[in-house]
Amino acid sequence: MNHPFAITLDVGTSRANHTGAWRTERPVYVSLRPPCAEGCPAGEDVREWLRDAEDGETGYERAWRRIMETNPFPAVMGRICYHPCESACNRGSLDEAVGINAVERFLGDEALRHRWSVTAVRPPSGRRALVVGAGPAGLSAAYHLARLGHDVTVADAAPEPGGMMRYGIPAYRLPRDVLDAEIERIVGLGVTLRLDSPVADLEAELHDGRFDAAFLAVGAQLGRRTYLPAGSAARVLDAVELLHDVSEGDRPLLGRRVAVYGGGNTAMDAARTVRRLGAEDAVVVYRRTRDRMPAHPSEVAEAEAEGVRFTWLSTVTDVDDDGLTIERMELDENGFPQPTGTFEHLAADSLVLALGQDTDLRFLDGMAGLESVDGVLSVDDTLMTGRPGLFAGGDMVPDVRSATYAVGHGRRAAASIDTWLRGELPGSDSPGEPATYDRLHTWYYTDAPRSHRPVLEAARRASTFDEVVRGLDAETALDEARRCLSCGTCFACDNCFGMCPDDAVIKTDDPAAPYVIDLDYCKGCGICAAECPAGAITMVREED
Amino acid sequence: MSESRLYQIGTFGVGNRLLTPEDQTVQAGSDRPRSITRGHRACRGCGEALGARFVLDSAVRAAGRDLVTVNATGCLEVFSSPYPESAWQVPWLHSLFGNAPAVASGMAAGLKALGRETRVVGQAGDGGTVDIGFACLSGMFERDDDVLFVCYDNQGYMNTGVQRSGATPPAARTATTSELGDPPGARFGQGKFVPLIAMAHDIPYVATASVADLHDLERKVGRAMQLHGARYLHVLVPCPLGWAADSADTVRLARLATESGMFPLFEAERGEITAVTPIRRQVPVDDYLRLQGRYAHLFGEHPRPDLVRRIQAAADRNITRFGLRGAAS
Repeated sequence: MNHPFAITLDVGTSRANHTGAWRTERPVYVSLRPPCAEGCPAGEDVREWLRDAEDGETGYERAWRRIMETNPFPAVMGRICYHPCESACNRGSLDEAVGINAVERFLGDEALRHRWSVTAVRPPSGRRALVVGAGPAGLSAAYHLARLGHDVTVADAAPEPGGMMRYGIPAYRLPRDVLDAEIERIVGLGVTLRLDSPVADLEAELHDGRFDAAFLAVGAQLGRRTYLPAGSAARVLDAVELLHDVSEGDRPLLGRRVAVYGGGNTAMDAARTVRRLGAEDAVVVYRRTRDRMPAHPSEVAEAEAEGVRFTWLSTVTDVDDDGLTIERMELDENGFPQPTGTFEHLAADSLVLALGQDTDLRFLDGMAGLESVDGVLSVDDTLMTGRPGLFAGGDMVPDVRSATYAVGHGRRAAASIDTWLRGELPGSDSPGEPATYDRLHTWYYTDAPRSHRPVLEAARRASTFDEVVRGLDAETALDEARRCLSCGTCFACDNCFGMCPDDAVIKTDDPAAPYVIDLDYCKGCGICAAECPAGAITMVREED
Repeated sequence: MSESRLYQIGTFGVGNRLLTPEDQTVQAGSDRPRSITRGHRACRGCGEALGARFVLDSAVRAAGRDLVTVNATGCLEVFSSPYPESAWQVPWLHSLFGNAPAVASGMAAGLKALGRETRVVGQAGDGGTVDIGFACLSGMFERDDDVLFVCYDNQGYMNTGVQRSGATPPAARTATTSELGDPPGARFGQGKFVPLIAMAHDIPYVATASVADLHDLERKVGRAMQLHGARYLHVLVPCPLGWAADSADTVRLARLATESGMFPLFEAERGEITAVTPIRRQVPVDDYLRLQGRYAHLFGEHPRPDLVRRIQAAADRNITRFGLRGAAS
């Protein structure tokens, strides 16, 4: 009791006063589903690999490996994917979407340059899986199954693997050395590739090869025809055939003036290819208007830049010696084209049909349990067909037809097959809350205009099959990655830690959970949640 | 390795793993001094508790921990030191409401006489600075005593029940400026903006800062600590209780105050303005006022757009006078 005059208590610290008792709400760190990953048909965890890439040189390989967890084709996808992730990107509401596709390509090319490769994640299982079709779906499934330790054989009718990536997509969009290198890496995992081997009798194949499961991904290779009264000399061919021939090195004789009938991406590929083959005039005939065209706007814009012409609101009704008869259409109130009875003549030496594609399902004839609707094979949520152990994906099942969707199917099917081979039932993962734009605090993000990839000048594009869109250099790729808002997840910005008036946020060494709230002192003011750039903190009412 | 120009959130947030160590804030470090530690009794979302830790932590860092502080009576003093507890992790002294600048002057003189390098920081709310301690403060400036004096401006006597101070803005409701009068709330007077009065003393350094721009605030404290003589820092610290605002909106309000032009951020040396922090995304004063219950009578059933216009005119005058448009224009 040796206190100075008028002092009766020892000095204490305010830490004795647990102000956490005042709290009515507590901050909780959350991780919301970002729209990019949500939008990615291949299932890539875009936000997370962008975050790896933000570290620059030290993070590129980590970023690439994270992509490879879901998608074995970063360099291919970085070129041909129509990037629904970017359409969904929250930054699009702020200025312009993050150039995710360009960064993916950069990482894919870095991997090829450094010869990064992947290995199996599980030891050999001793189970055998057959994959029919070496396109994006089949190769993706083969890749994932091989990594999971299964013995995989891929059979394809063509002399080279890649499916539509090789025989459908022109080289100016996807150089073949890039495709070859990424396929090479999959084969390097021990996948057996059987080329020039069409599967005619699946039942026999499964039995003779002692396969425990199979994944079908034969695509949609048959160009759809339309009835044209063509008693003509004018040449009519389909776009699938044309692109296939050109990819094998043929240069079909089409004449000076070529019409392409259809409005999808294949029509754009055909028209742009035709220009490169020397046609002075390539004109796309489409029955509706530009804004209703299924082709991706970037393809349409690039085609236009290369001198491709468009004739909107028109159908081809007749083909004669020196061209086509087209009928003008008008859109009704539902947006459907209706004939007007007005006809015009369009001079053309040949006509390329790009009216959609069908799947050849004949090799499944006689197999019990399978069902097809509208020419595509029915599958359940796990991509299993009506026959146990037989899965299918890609263009031959009902879904959006694109290489990215196909890659996603391959991954999902591989997971389902793996579960099935282990005698388990595939489970479904429960999706979290979405990271919507209004959850973000955009004040904190630096103003950063998007960097666009350089393109080959139009004059050279019209005559060569050189790649049109070039890659970003290291600096711009890094800038682009750093434009990511990391929506809905903590990226360790320290705002919560720094702005707590009560010093009640504690920094940890755990990168997965960089902060914890000290509930002994947190008064629940909510500043941390309000000032979190990414919307990764939410306030939860305390129980009474 | 290629150098990127972009750092995701740049310096807008507290920390950023992509910045170099020298660009990091003191607050972002786990080893920050924590001059006011946890367990203090400030209200939920208190801007002053936040502002005082921001300022003192960087001053302590700049002084190499050799620093003492004097506090006037006010919220900061009361909530940090209920007998016998103290939240202070720096030597801290409280004397009276009105004499903090004089006590700080005396401490500085005494330390000098002892041959010590110890730095002195005086602290007060707007009551202790603008009104009650003003004579002592002006004397401290006039004598150019070696003290950094910091005013945490929450625009009223919040500790005693939200009475009007010389820093209470026009039209704001306080316990002594009723919204029932005409005009309602605090009167439109000539204002009493102490940073400009401090500048009139031609002292080495005067700056304004806000809890919404930490990098700016820490840089200003750093600059003040490089200098000797009388220095003055005026920090806007929103008060959820007195302003009748949501406790989560403290930092947002501080940001809106500067982005609307209501509270200009600038620095001055020897009486001349040397730098202003330009508005980044200008907002109308409405955005700032509507979040605060003390202005509710301007927008309620009987709105007073005429008064909002007068407040907007004052903000516009700040923008012109201090040249705040900069990057935003």
